[in-house]
Amino acid sequence: MKRRLLLLLLPIGFLGVALFFYHGLSLDPSQRDSVLLARAFPSFDATTLEDPERRVDASLITGEVTLVNVWGEWCPACKQEMPQLLSLADEGIRLVGVNYRDTREKGREFLAEFGNPFEVNIFDPEGALGFDLGVYGAPETFVVDAEGVIRYHHKGYISPSDVQSRILPEVAKWR
Amino acid sequence: MALRHTLAYLLLLMMSAWMTSAAMAAIEVRHFDDPVLEKRYHDLTSSMRCPLCENQAISDSNAPIAGDMRERIDTLLNEGRSDSEIIDHMVQRFGEYILYNPRLENRTYLLWGLPIALLVLGFVVIVLIVRARRHATTRALNAEERARLAQLMKRGDDA
Repeated sequence: MKRRLLLLLLPIGFLGVALFFYHGLSLDPSQRDSVLLARAFPSFDATTLEDPERRVDASLITGEVTLVNVWGEWCPACKQEMPQLLSLADEGIRLVGVNYRDTREKGREFLAEFGNPFEVNIFDPEGALGFDLGVYGAPETFVVDAEGVIRYHHKGYISPSDVQSRILPEVAKWR
Repeated sequence: MALRHTLAYLLLLMMSAWMTSAAMAAIEVRHFDDPVLEKRYHDLTSSMRCPLCENQAISDSNAPIAGDMRERIDTLLNEGRSDSEIIDHMVQRFGEYILYNPRLENRTYLLWGLPIALLVLGFVVIVLIVRARRHATTRALNAEERARLAQLMKRGDDA
């Protein structure tokens, strides 16, 4: 009897491991939480895309809930999410851009062509701020609360349904 | 026919040579005056996963972010930072995900401990089996059992 019970442990163990791995099959390794959640926006010292003379630092991101969008002229998905960002700006949400690995000329052309939902754009040609934000592709979007703490991270393209189901609720949550 | 084959073969050879050189050109070669630094650079870049291209180490990837990470490791090494400081620096930005060897902490006890636990369990099972065998008897069959055995073997011959 004892032996039977021990033998029963084998299929049960196998089933457990199989379920564990089966669950793993449906996980997407590119959808992982940013380690920066609940941490302060990294400090930086940069100029803006609009004005090479103006210096900005992390205090720019404080004061009210802000959407920080990392974009570049070279990034096709950034163009596609512009209408969504423009509508978010229309709703009175503050947006700050990070012009990532780009040139001033191309960045300005992009905004002239696709619209400018941003209050201001941090100019980050070397990707230094992007690196500290753990950005490894564009577009990426962060919700930062009034104290300058990162509260939500959206990796990749923001679709119109993402705006309703993710971005707006997160902004409302931290306001 | 043979000529055409030779030509096709040559073309293939040229293309593969071109493609290898293109792939190799994508990852820069770094020189360190100190061979110890060079070894540490190599070890660090090959122990970190590229966040964008998940199955490549950053030493092996030509993704822009992998290039940035190699650049940063180079800078930090030349500043005299230790390996663990450099690993912390990267993990603070890109997460534990980039480490091919996850660090030992609460979350990873199961991962590192399970192989050892299974090994111990297997050893215990072997010890139990050996003990049980030692107590088994090797007594001879009695008359009744011998008759039954003969009957079974006879049935086997008929089949």
